[in-house]
Amino acid sequence: MRFTTVALLLALLSSGCAGPDPAAEAGATVAAPETAPVPSPETSALPHTGFPVTVAATNGPVEIAARPQAIVSLSPTATEMLFAVGAGSQVVAVDEFSYHPAEAPVTDLSGYTPNLEAIISYSPDLVVVSDDIDGIVAALQSVGVPVVQLAAASAFSDVVDQIETVGRITGHVEAAEQLAADLERRVEQVVASMADLGTFTTYYHELDPSFYSVTSSTFIGEMYSLLGLASIADAADVDGFGYPQLQAEYILDANPDLIVIDDCCGESPETVGSRPGWEVLDAVRAGRIIVVEADEASRWGPRVVGFLESIAAAMARFGEAGA
Amino acid sequence: MIAAAPTAVPSRAGRRRMVAGALAVMVISLVAALTGPADLPLSGALRELAGRLPFIEVSSGLTEIQREILWSWRLPRIALGALVGAVLSVSGAAYQGVFRNPLADPYLLGAAAGAGVGATLAFAAEADALVAPAAFLGATVAVAVTYWLGRTAGGRTSTALILAGVAMASFLTAIQTFVLQANVETLREVYVWILGRLTTTGWDEVLLLAPYALISIAVVLAHRRVLDALAVGDDEATALGVPVARARIVIVVFATLGTAAAVAVSGLIGFVGIIVPHAVRLLAGTSYRVVAPLSALFGAAFLVAADLAARTIISPAELPIGVVTAFLGAPFFVLVLRMTRRTA
Repeated sequence: MRFTTVALLLALLSSGCAGPDPAAEAGATVAAPETAPVPSPETSALPHTGFPVTVAATNGPVEIAARPQAIVSLSPTATEMLFAVGAGSQVVAVDEFSYHPAEAPVTDLSGYTPNLEAIISYSPDLVVVSDDIDGIVAALQSVGVPVVQLAAASAFSDVVDQIETVGRITGHVEAAEQLAADLERRVEQVVASMADLGTFTTYYHELDPSFYSVTSSTFIGEMYSLLGLASIADAADVDGFGYPQLQAEYILDANPDLIVIDDCCGESPETVGSRPGWEVLDAVRAGRIIVVEADEASRWGPRVVGFLESIAAAMARFGEAGA
Repeated sequence: MIAAAPTAVPSRAGRRRMVAGALAVMVISLVAALTGPADLPLSGALRELAGRLPFIEVSSGLTEIQREILWSWRLPRIALGALVGAVLSVSGAAYQGVFRNPLADPYLLGAAAGAGVGATLAFAAEADALVAPAAFLGATVAVAVTYWLGRTAGGRTSTALILAGVAMASFLTAIQTFVLQANVETLREVYVWILGRLTTTGWDEVLLLAPYALISIAVVLAHRRVLDALAVGDDEATALGVPVARARIVIVVFATLGTAAAVAVSGLIGFVGIIVPHAVRLLAGTSYRVVAPLSALFGAAFLVAADLAARTIISPAELPIGVVTAFLGAPFFVLVLRMTRRTA
């Protein structure tokens, strides 16, 4: 996958002589010359935004000719990124679950079952998706709509990269870089604050009440690793998928230091504590059940740092209570 | 096979088989109680179990968490497996007898599809607590409608009823698929539910199912001689003094109630209702006086064993039990078939 991306990029750079990349470079540093002999996208684009621009997306290198003014997002995570870098006013439609931030223009478009006709009815000049379902990427490209696919991040560095990509494709390079730097700084702060908190080592992160959980190798697991925590589900992940379903007795036997649930499905520290047998768990007895915001934990965009901070804050609280 | 005249069963052999069935349930339950991802010390767990027997006072040395694992998770799950297995097997045997159709299973008249629609609607409405009652309601309503349809369309023949069940199942499956497509985010929950899972929250599910299951099994067992008479044919049964139409309704109603309750707590566990009664027939003859009670015992043992496999094979994760019942059940059935062919 990565290999083909590189190969495609090379092919593009070598064939497209007047390549878009040098132009973008020039646009970022000095104003582009107005003296190009042939009319091309470079000349018509606003110089300070650096268009046309080519970015490496999940679906390969994508060239955006001019600053998009009618963006459709089929990914709640991408929607959050678009608004966070200041491109909200360029977004015309977002999918049914992109309800954050509140001003996002939610429609009945679906990211799970994308419908080509429904999408192009918004006349988009850029579509952002996270998954290429039913060949929607190729379908949109075949009708001339540029598509940037940003697959779910597998590490925090992917979130940073994606935010910068979103900045470049929307003409908000500086804001995106500032946001990315800001998020990185907040993560570093959290990690630094954890240095003297070695009391807790294991957690059970519950995805739903049938005991689906995450291992340390998932995106969320890596966030926990930053805090020095290991998932009790690691030994249960026989197929390496990262999201195994645990048996209740396995969770009891593992007796995790922390239990993390989200606020989505009617579960609360009370309901967890009242599950048969769970009252003898250390985390239940000591009240170390953390409720996180479901979307913060499952949409790996700018708000995911808030998830990390809420876990860290809870750990600090528990540490003081225990001391 | 079912239409054949019931074989006479010597009562001593019958009793021996009942004892064998009861022993199978107990041994498998004990193994299941001692097996799981949490490594309970064997002697400690055995002493803990023995300690609950009357007149025995021993200290098990298990930790508090280990005791909870045993009493709040493993034993309720075994009890649920035994109840579901017994009721599905007995209901399957009853359906096969009533409809004189060896392929009849407890889901024949639309119970599975009805339960599926009910559960899917509950998942889509994000009312997870209502999944069990909705599945129960869906199953009973579906069978009731099927029965009414079969009656009005085809008169008294059981073929009309079975065809009505097929139509009903297709219709309900279409509804379920539509609801699912409109609520894609519930796909995984519904899928997991359809494959079946003996999920317990302490003893809640066991207590919920027990009255339905026990009454359903008791009614079918009480009708085992009637089922023998029905196996010969409606006219012959009538001649023997069996009120055929009434008996058929009573048996179907109670078999359906038990099935619907089992489906409500454990999802759609397939294959048990067909395979267990037939295995019993191959081993012990076709008389319902033997088939009905033995189906209860072997059904219980079979499902507890299947669940043991479901939670052991990829432990500490677990497989849907429906996968295990089909995967282990089919070869087991072929084995029984071959064995009996050879000895016959």
